[in-house]
Amino acid sequence: MIITQRKPMEDLFAMLEGVQKVALVGCGNCAAACQTGGENEVREMKALLESKGIEVVGTLVPEECCHKMLVKKELKALRDSGAQAILGMACGDGVQTVADNAEVPVYPANDTLFLGQIERVGIFHEYCRMCGDCVLGETGGICPVTRCAKGLVNGPCGGQKNGKCEVDPENDCAWILIYKRLEKLGQLHKLTGPVPDRDHDRMAHPRHINLRGKKV
Amino acid sequence: MSLLKTALQRGEFAVTAEMAPPKGCDFSEQAAVAELLRGKVQGVNVTDMQSACLKASSLGLCIRLKQAGVEPILQVTGRDRNRMAILADLLSAAAFGIDTMLALTGDHPVVGDCKGAKPVYDLDSVGILEMLRRVEETGLDCGGNALDSKPEFFRGAVVTPVYEPVALQVAKLRRKVDAGAQYIQTQGIFETESLKRFLEAVDQAQIRVPIMAGIIPLKSAGMARYMNENVPGIAVPQDQIDALASAKEAGRKPAEVGVDMAADLIRQIRAENLCPGVHIMAIGAEKNVPIILEKAGIQ
Repeated sequence: MIITQRKPMEDLFAMLEGVQKVALVGCGNCAAACQTGGENEVREMKALLESKGIEVVGTLVPEECCHKMLVKKELKALRDSGAQAILGMACGDGVQTVADNAEVPVYPANDTLFLGQIERVGIFHEYCRMCGDCVLGETGGICPVTRCAKGLVNGPCGGQKNGKCEVDPENDCAWILIYKRLEKLGQLHKLTGPVPDRDHDRMAHPRHINLRGKKV
Repeated sequence: MSLLKTALQRGEFAVTAEMAPPKGCDFSEQAAVAELLRGKVQGVNVTDMQSACLKASSLGLCIRLKQAGVEPILQVTGRDRNRMAILADLLSAAAFGIDTMLALTGDHPVVGDCKGAKPVYDLDSVGILEMLRRVEETGLDCGGNALDSKPEFFRGAVVTPVYEPVALQVAKLRRKVDAGAQYIQTQGIFETESLKRFLEAVDQAQIRVPIMAGIIPLKSAGMARYMNENVPGIAVPQDQIDALASAKEAGRKPAEVGVDMAADLIRQIRAENLCPGVHIMAIGAEKNVPIILEKAGIQ
């Protein structure tokens, strides 16, 4: 799940300065789960903007805002709306996908934060940094690249206190979690032995995947 | 050859002292303190923006000390530089005759004084040691390309004896030694019991490496309490805090009491042959190091 958080309203009003007519595009998937771009949030945003004198001339909540073909098709509904701008209420991917298919400026309503686990409704935790070089097999299924503030792959730094991280004492030290998990799994031997340096050339942005075997 | 390496190999009781570069561009105070340390320590260990607070660089002050004839130890953290920048600094250090280094992961910028800085951590302490050992062995750089000449360092790392679970700390120590650490210095210790327990665990794990005890001379009860609460791995016993707190009643300065405590601890470590040397972190009071050594009976 891509976790998003709405930007402060004053930031949105600043981006929309001079815009009288706007369209809203949410996302029925991640942003809906994050309560930043589902039907409810789009309706609330419409009311908020209109209370400030900005007319909302159209709203859309595509099933997935990161799906280019789908978004392209749905955006046709806004073509004659007279919108001078679109407020994208999805993740950064969704906003760009809308912008790729729009003739007017598209502004982000949200900040895109992380790839997260949904613990329960409305509670999200960052679990994967999408590094492209997964080490979970060596670390008991707990990601040190993501859950250690320093992304350390060789073991803990000296900065934990009572099992909590020096960077944010709300966070558990990932390496103590890993130690406990490996102990439970009978895999403490994985705490020693060489760990290859991270290959950052595998993480050069932007990355692409093509499963179709031909140029798209 | 590294003065520290020589001392440890000869079985002399080795002493290193920590020194921080200035928060500015004037090394004269550090150079003056270094003069006091000349001939009394086997290395002046220059911090690399300790506690993630911006200072002049470790490399800069190390070069200054080397030119003044005082043996520097280059601290290298992974916080601010990627592998290329780290290796570039190590090559430059070697070009100036600096031959002893200490690898650390480095405190996160968030706990320091430039909180918005990007944390790098391309390599951690183990990665830095591993890269340097490989460079020394092969003459190839971090990308596998040939170097014109190769450096040679006595490579060090750190360990935190007061750590729970200790097995995790021992496992990390093993990785450091396997990656090429040739000496270790500990986080500040204040009594020998926890040190002994840790050294036993290291011994049982059959890790063979010289471990120098970290000594922090306490300046006041407030400093001790602050470190206990805020510095991971620090555990000053209550009786020492009490002794510092009541120093004034006895007509003494707390810092003098702290100097005596540090000297007693070093004397004990040496007498019981617990460690082959000590690393003194005087945190701004480096001028006290010669006094501590004299009181500890070290010539």
